[in-house]
Amino acid sequence: MDIAAQAANILELRDVSMDYGQVKALQDVSLAVRKGEWLAVMGPSGSGKTTMMNVIGCMDRPTSGEVLLEGQDVARLLPGALTEIRRDRIGLIFQQFHLISYLTALENVMVAQYYHSMIDEAEAMGALERVGLRDRAAHLPRQLSGGEQQRVCIARALINYPRLILADEPTGNLDEANEAIVLSLLRRLHEEGSTIVVVTHSPGVAAQAERTVVLEHGRIAQSFLNR
Amino acid sequence: MTKHRMYLKMLFNSLTRRRSRMIAALLAVAVGAAVFQGMMTICCDVPRQMEREFRSYGANMVLTAADDAALSLEDAARAVALLPEDKLVGATPYRYKPVRAHMQPLTAVGTRFEQVKKTSPWWRVEGEWPSDGNTLLAGANVAEFMGLEPGKGLTISGRNAKGARFSQEMTVAGVLRTGGPEEDFVFMNLPTLEELDGNPGTADLVEVSVACGSEELAKLSDSIRREISTVAPRSVKRVTSSEASVLTRLRTLVYMVTAVVLVLTMICVATTMMTVVLERRKEIGLKKALGAENFAIAGEFLGEGICLGAAGSLPGIALGWLLARAIGLNVFGRVIAFNPFLTLAALLVSTALTAAACVLPIRAAVAVEPSLVLRGE
Repeated sequence: MDIAAQAANILELRDVSMDYGQVKALQDVSLAVRKGEWLAVMGPSGSGKTTMMNVIGCMDRPTSGEVLLEGQDVARLLPGALTEIRRDRIGLIFQQFHLISYLTALENVMVAQYYHSMIDEAEAMGALERVGLRDRAAHLPRQLSGGEQQRVCIARALINYPRLILADEPTGNLDEANEAIVLSLLRRLHEEGSTIVVVTHSPGVAAQAERTVVLEHGRIAQSFLNR
Repeated sequence: MTKHRMYLKMLFNSLTRRRSRMIAALLAVAVGAAVFQGMMTICCDVPRQMEREFRSYGANMVLTAADDAALSLEDAARAVALLPEDKLVGATPYRYKPVRAHMQPLTAVGTRFEQVKKTSPWWRVEGEWPSDGNTLLAGANVAEFMGLEPGKGLTISGRNAKGARFSQEMTVAGVLRTGGPEEDFVFMNLPTLEELDGNPGTADLVEVSVACGSEELAKLSDSIRREISTVAPRSVKRVTSSEASVLTRLRTLVYMVTAVVLVLTMICVATTMMTVVLERRKEIGLKKALGAENFAIAGEFLGEGICLGAAGSLPGIALGWLLARAIGLNVFGRVIAFNPFLTLAALLVSTALTAAACVLPIRAAVAVEPSLVLRGE
């Protein structure tokens, strides 16, 4: 791969393998994600999707191979350095939302600011406005619907201007109406230039991405463009 | 909202959302603080009180002349003046003189009875204490041998320091029972004996009772030895060492009980906090996934520990003081004074121990993997 192509890639996996004892969760996976690309990762349960998310999200280190994030190999970094990268460069969206139950929607967004740098309430409110939840800012998670909780989760992922947004089954717990809202949000983020990697079981969600890779038994079985 | 306020909000919510667990931990801390405050108050105050109580068992210092000469009462008074006034219980001079009474040899002892009552409070007198120069106290053995009883007369005779004969008609004011060698003597006021014997202003020894421990007593003895070369002070080892032994055992017992209770408190707090960490693994994982450093996670749990320690300590300390007061009144018969320094120490120790009990839970918290939020565990 030439230097220009490398510079265009925000993320690159080179022969990444991940073993959990005898289980080979990922086997020599190589993958490049361009800046501003929307990539969908599909595959059956146990195919290695979550492991790949952990590796890309700097929450786990591969057994072997290189993980280049903006050209920096993060595969061998110490946990402290990985924490810094997660905080500064990655926004996470979870299937189960993982909002802190005793904090309001606004405070849940501000938690990400709290661990990142300084708290800016106006900016957090702006993020909620982007996901259409300004009027729900003072509500606790239990007072929000699933779709609203996911939108708070998206606002939290966006608040520190991450280079890469990782979404793990972002519509997995939502009904159709809320799925449509979340997908339109992701689409808008993509249009604004965000790089998005979505792990999903849903062909409908994957179809929204520019490209889909399909994992089977820890290997990339297919990779195709959606449009 | 500031970062500080966010931290406090997370801390407050974390503590109040698990009320039943936190109440159990608070109770443990309160009990620990109560025992610490109570036991330490007793440990500090009661021995000080008991040092004065121990003085009822007799003098713990004896002053004699540094050479073979008689002890000058003036020097002895200077030596006694070196002792702390608030700790001095009494100082009694004794001057011994061989005399005869009814043709029997006897030892007459000149002393100051008002001081004897302070340094030898166990002396029991049947009848009256001598009140003037013509009355004396007969030891029980002497009284029995010579058939003496209060009101009977006794002629004391002998030779004075210059060899001249003297004879004095005296009345027995009372009979002395001590269970000791004092029962073999007759006691009279020191000025009376000085008048009979001549050579006033001297004594054979002065018994001193000072309300202090053996170490302080040794220091006071050294100070007297340094300042007044003609006086030889020495501690009554039998008394001081047994006092020290009793107090040391009391303190050791108190320290052991307190240490055991504090260890149990720490175990209870550690167990509660460990449960809280296990219950909050997902939240910790999320925070780490969002970029929380280990020290931020540790800071949150340490903050909880410190809040828990401080909140549990305050009622515990109040309870401990009441406990110490009750023990002081009912067991030792003493009113225990409030000690602000001890209270501050109890607050700091309880809080520090509670924080220390959080060390293992904190280690467990920082060991939580951020990846668990993606595993759906």
